[in-house]
Amino acid sequence: MIINSRFFNRTELIGFVALALLLFVILPLSLDIFRLNLVAKYLTYAFVGIGLVLCWGYGGILSLGQGVFFGLGGYCMAMYLKLEASSVENTKIQSTPGIPDFMDWNQLTQLPFFWKPFHSFPITLIAIMLVPGIFAFIIGAAMFKRRVGGVYFAIITQAIAAIMTILIVGQQGYTGGINGITDLRTLHGWDIRTDHAKFILYFVEVVLLFACIIAAQFIRLTKLGRILVAMREQEDRVRFSGYSVANFKIFAFCAAAIFAAIGGAMFTLEVGFMSPSFVGIVPSIEMVIYTAVGGRMSIFGAVWGSLLVNFAKTSLSESFPQLWLFGLGALFIAVVLAFPNGLSGIWQDYVQPHIDRLLASRKSKPGNGFPVTDGAPAE
Amino acid sequence: MFGDYSLSDLGAIFAMQGFAGLILFSVYVLMALGLAIIFGQMGVINMAHGEFMILGAYVTWMTSNGFQQYLPSLFPGYFFLAMILAFIASGALGMLVEWALIRHLYKRPLDTLLATWGLSLILQQAYRSLFGAREVGVELPEWMMGSWQATDAIQIPINGMFVMGLTVLITIVVAYLLFWSRWGRQVRAVVQNRVMAGAVGINTEKVDRYTFGLGCGIAGIAGSAFTMIGSTGPTAGQLYIVDTFLVVVFGGAASLVGTIASAFTISQAQSTMEFFLSGSMAKVLTLLAIVAILMMRPQGLFALKVRK
Repeated sequence: MIINSRFFNRTELIGFVALALLLFVILPLSLDIFRLNLVAKYLTYAFVGIGLVLCWGYGGILSLGQGVFFGLGGYCMAMYLKLEASSVENTKIQSTPGIPDFMDWNQLTQLPFFWKPFHSFPITLIAIMLVPGIFAFIIGAAMFKRRVGGVYFAIITQAIAAIMTILIVGQQGYTGGINGITDLRTLHGWDIRTDHAKFILYFVEVVLLFACIIAAQFIRLTKLGRILVAMREQEDRVRFSGYSVANFKIFAFCAAAIFAAIGGAMFTLEVGFMSPSFVGIVPSIEMVIYTAVGGRMSIFGAVWGSLLVNFAKTSLSESFPQLWLFGLGALFIAVVLAFPNGLSGIWQDYVQPHIDRLLASRKSKPGNGFPVTDGAPAE
Repeated sequence: MFGDYSLSDLGAIFAMQGFAGLILFSVYVLMALGLAIIFGQMGVINMAHGEFMILGAYVTWMTSNGFQQYLPSLFPGYFFLAMILAFIASGALGMLVEWALIRHLYKRPLDTLLATWGLSLILQQAYRSLFGAREVGVELPEWMMGSWQATDAIQIPINGMFVMGLTVLITIVVAYLLFWSRWGRQVRAVVQNRVMAGAVGINTEKVDRYTFGLGCGIAGIAGSAFTMIGSTGPTAGQLYIVDTFLVVVFGGAASLVGTIASAFTISQAQSTMEFFLSGSMAKVLTLLAIVAILMMRPQGLFALKVRK
């Protein structure tokens, strides 16, 4: 393997610039605010996807419980927003003013203790990262130290996703139950429901996304990233070389959890509510699908996968609701059977060589036109 | 939570809830037997297992409708034919899936999980298109309804006992097939060393196909039993798949005794707790306990000692 000392190599740089152009310039200019908000919603899954690339693509740890972390981040944000929305003036018709409406409906008379810290905005921001991080650390430490991995880890994380959903749905008074936490209005006094706010939130999200991409790229290129790959290929050899395999796995899993939580918090802000339907088994597996379609080995691929699959989902289920599940299922089988590296793999195998040839011929014949990259997945 | 009940009440409650849990136990065992064969013996994670079960349930529903319309005199016995048909339908679909999909993925176990998830989506939508989104219920024949009054306080449902007996029978057949028949020896040989098994003349592809087909067929029978405790809908199978995987993993994959023991523990724990707590909390506590035990003992209750 050629060790590249640069942060991005040339093709990655093209991919980075193409994605930045698309998200910062082309989409905001060409879409109306409703569609832009949809794109923002899709992009929240890209955060989860980037985490999955690190932990599944590089580390070989398939987690089917990313929805849990997405949900934890989202719920932390939603709890803050809900507390702000249910001030004493807003809720004076309730029997206990000042607590969220669903608590009042469920005969709670005071705020549960774990809701109290979420009155404060800084604590909320810290909790969005810390709560899922600590939770992932506990799960990871318990499993990886005992060398539970592979299939078993996948099934146990899936069970955790199931437990989480049942718990949220069952504890209506504390969590809002099946409807989730709805009717969110302001963030630190700033109304998040206006078009203008949605526009700004989109850009905040894209900036955060690029921060995550760069962080993931950084992890990937350091020695840590190489150990992750080595671990995936030959776990025992890495262990015998004196590395603590469990700690590296825990790190990758926690990083993925924190990325997912950031996505979840942004989801709450973009969509305006959070519910258990984004926590359970089905959404968790769908998040894996986005990553697999984009390419489990490519950070940019994960972003493209979330965008394209969700776009297809929205447009297909709008016009052919019957066909959508057939399509998704077939897409998934096709990706697994024929293209294990997803879209980025197809790009690398079929498109990249042509571009390289074009670039090479341009070098030999100066004055040739610049090659057109149409914003397809790159890496 | 126990304080409000007298000792004899508690005894009766435990007995009643225990018997009520029997049907759940039977569905778990039948589902898990199929999965244990597929996952334990072949290493394939079949996320579409619930959909194979639901296929069996739909076949049972169709058979019962058919008997009601054309052969009302034979209706009391429809269940036996329905089970056989369910087994054949699910088994045949299983063999088809193995041929089309699974055999390409034996070296990538995690990918079988993703591919079969895609399959389960397709099957769900197929059921929805064919049978409609509404859940259907099966009418039980007269002799299966009602219950047997053991003592004043204890009632045992007859269909529960019937399904239970059926489960025992199927378990014995599967155990016989796996451990004493020629086919079972071939399956275990292929599992332990695929190349070597092929070298001594075992047709490994055929063994794989029949193994997968058998696992799915048993899921079909589980679907027949399922019609007695729940209504059949396109997505009903998905609710059971995680539980079933936990049953298999908790019992120790590849161990039939472990699978049965863990199915019994889990279904009884859940059914007993359901009486005292709400259904959702009973489920949460059961699942949490399993996950906690699995963290301490990842190999499951009854692990086979194998050299890796």
